[in-house]
Amino acid sequence: MLSPSYFLSIILILFLVGILGILFNRKNIILILMSIELLLLAINFNWVFFSFYLDDIIGQIFAILVLTVAASETAIGLALLVIYYRIRGNISIELANLIGG
Amino acid sequence: MYLLIILLPLLNSIIVGFFGRYLGKEGSSYISCLILFLTSILAWVAFIEIGLYGSDCYIEITPWIVCDYLVINWSFLFDSLTVVMLIIISSISCLVHTYSTAYMKFDPHKPRFMSYLSLFTFFMFLLVTADNFVQMFIGWEGVGLVSYLLISFWYTRLNANQSAIKAILVNKVGDIGLCLAMFLIFHTFKSLEYEVIFSLVAYKINSGSHLLNNNLNVITLISIFLFIGAVGKSAQLGLHTWLPDAMEGPTPVSALIHAATMVTAGVFLLVRCSPILEFSENILVCVSIIGALTCFFAATIGGFQYDLKKVIAFSTTSQLGYMVFILGISKYNVSMFHLANHAFFKALLFLSAGSVIHSLGDEQDMRRMGGINQILPYTYSVIFIASLSLVGFPFLTGFFSKDLILELAYVSKYSNITAIQSTFIYWLGTLSVFFTAYYSFRLLFLTFLNKSNSPRIIMQGVHEGSWFLLVPLLILAFGSIFFGYLFKDLFIGFGTEFWKNSIFFHPVTVTLIEVETIPTYVKLIPLLLSVTAIIIACLVNTSAKKVIVHLQLSMIGRKITFFFNKKWFLDKLFNTFLVFPLAKFGYSITLINLDRGLIEFIGPLGLANVLKRYANNLIQIQSGQLVHYIFFIVIAFFVLLNINVVFSLLSFQKLFESSLWIILFCTFIYTFLI
Repeated sequence: MLSPSYFLSIILILFLVGILGILFNRKNIILILMSIELLLLAINFNWVFFSFYLDDIIGQIFAILVLTVAASETAIGLALLVIYYRIRGNISIELANLIGG
Repeated sequence: MYLLIILLPLLNSIIVGFFGRYLGKEGSSYISCLILFLTSILAWVAFIEIGLYGSDCYIEITPWIVCDYLVINWSFLFDSLTVVMLIIISSISCLVHTYSTAYMKFDPHKPRFMSYLSLFTFFMFLLVTADNFVQMFIGWEGVGLVSYLLISFWYTRLNANQSAIKAILVNKVGDIGLCLAMFLIFHTFKSLEYEVIFSLVAYKINSGSHLLNNNLNVITLISIFLFIGAVGKSAQLGLHTWLPDAMEGPTPVSALIHAATMVTAGVFLLVRCSPILEFSENILVCVSIIGALTCFFAATIGGFQYDLKKVIAFSTTSQLGYMVFILGISKYNVSMFHLANHAFFKALLFLSAGSVIHSLGDEQDMRRMGGINQILPYTYSVIFIASLSLVGFPFLTGFFSKDLILELAYVSKYSNITAIQSTFIYWLGTLSVFFTAYYSFRLLFLTFLNKSNSPRIIMQGVHEGSWFLLVPLLILAFGSIFFGYLFKDLFIGFGTEFWKNSIFFHPVTVTLIEVETIPTYVKLIPLLLSVTAIIIACLVNTSAKKVIVHLQLSMIGRKITFFFNKKWFLDKLFNTFLVFPLAKFGYSITLINLDRGLIEFIGPLGLANVLKRYANNLIQIQSGQLVHYIFFIVIAFFVLLNINVVFSLLSFQKLFESSLWIILFCTFIYTFLI
């Protein structure tokens, strides 16, 4: 069996990629949603890995729950995206500063 | 009856003050005269009962302030000292009320004037009859207040208002001294009642008190502060500047307040506190020296003034100097005797000066008077009596107290004063006698005997006042002639039992016997000096007039005259080095730099500026860009993690784990700062 640090570093890299994807993305909102999916995937990976590593089923239950939450979240996010697009005509993030202080 | 003495003037003040418009000028005058006459009769009855029959009276009304050690009652003490003050105040006040009815006849605000005069009398009674310091302090402040109201009685005059402010402010300096004395007394004796304090003084002679890290003798400190109080009220050198300026008020006010009663409150205070003063010998030295200096200082200035009332005002200051320096050599009864005598002849001098001013159409400058002795023989004779009495001419009232004061100052053997001090105060006092005689007769010459300098139209209208104006003068003239002789044995006779316990004499300071052993020529010196001064005054105003004018117009003579006429430049000195720098400090430092400057800067103004700047910075953060917000969230997340790590490394873990909200708060703040 591989050492946990390999798994954890992969998880961490996935997570960071998700975060940096949100941060450095300047073009459209879909990329943000995808990055969020990546974050949730990293978290799921984490749950499953620890569930296996610690030999405990609860982690996998949580992973399934996160899966459902991620699905519904994406659905709602895409719905919001469609509404946004219907009003503004684009999905650019840079132009989404309507309430700038 | 005793309470009636105190309450009648208050009653009169209330009646005339609040209902004067219904009573009218005449009605308020008659009521005031009647009530004050009744008061003075009662005061004389009290004098007979307490002073002559020796039945002291103590009336306790009700507790006023009761708080732990601090017990202050409304209670009145009538002993010998009090009744002496009572008869002086009530008699002078009654006569001044009567006089004012004629003097203020055409003044539109006469009821107010009468009300103030009565209120003054009430406060003065309160001052002298109190049996504790706090109640005394009410009277003490009250007379200051009424003094303010009366000096600025003609409130449309700028000079009167300025003088009133000056009087009350200079008095306040002394009041602070008295306040400090009261605090120290309470700190030391845990009481403010006279009887408790005075019976405990002997046990506290050596006890110290910490002031500014120095361990000072507490009795000495109390005496210093009491003396500062007396200096303020009795216009001794240093705080004397208000008294001549107080002459801006009407003349009856000057007679009542600034000659006979209010200025004697300081002397009264020191006499009342004789048990304290007797145990602080070094302060007594100070008292006598300052008194003697005041005496000399005021007497020299008096000879060079041209305002009729200012001459008499400086004469008052000079006589107060006598009273104070005789206090300094522990002859309290002599001081009280001179106070009583002085009240009579000084009130007479002021009232007759008022008569002169009144008849000359409110002219106060002596250079525009003269030649009215034929037209006003009555005023002339009473002012002559008053002047002779003031000079200390033998067998008039002033002689019995003033010459005794000088003789007592001469005696240094078997007494508590050193020879140098005795010589110093004796010669200052004696020289003052010379100047006193000089200015008294200069005043007589300039106003009555010289050729007239008044316009013809005024001289045609000169006449004596009505009977209300003249009768008080007559009574006071009798007082000026006979009072000293009649009351000599009672006040200062050998082994007189009049004072009983109201004045405390240290056994070593009783030197009344030694006075009789001093050489005859010493006793004659004051008389010879005053006769010389009278002759000089005659010469200056008659045959040697041209020489004197020539002398005065010479280079040095002009400077000397100017020096004395401008009151030794002390007013100028105070103004230049004390008042103006203080006013400037108050404006530029405390107002502009502190109140409007530093405190505003770190207070409201600075806070507003800082908030504005920070708010602008925060607005910059709220860009509306989604990416920025996400950036902050991520940063905050990592910071939160890092804080936990840092805290756990610093082993603050338990503290901060238990209070998670602090971490959250710190994160929040940190988020905003970056």
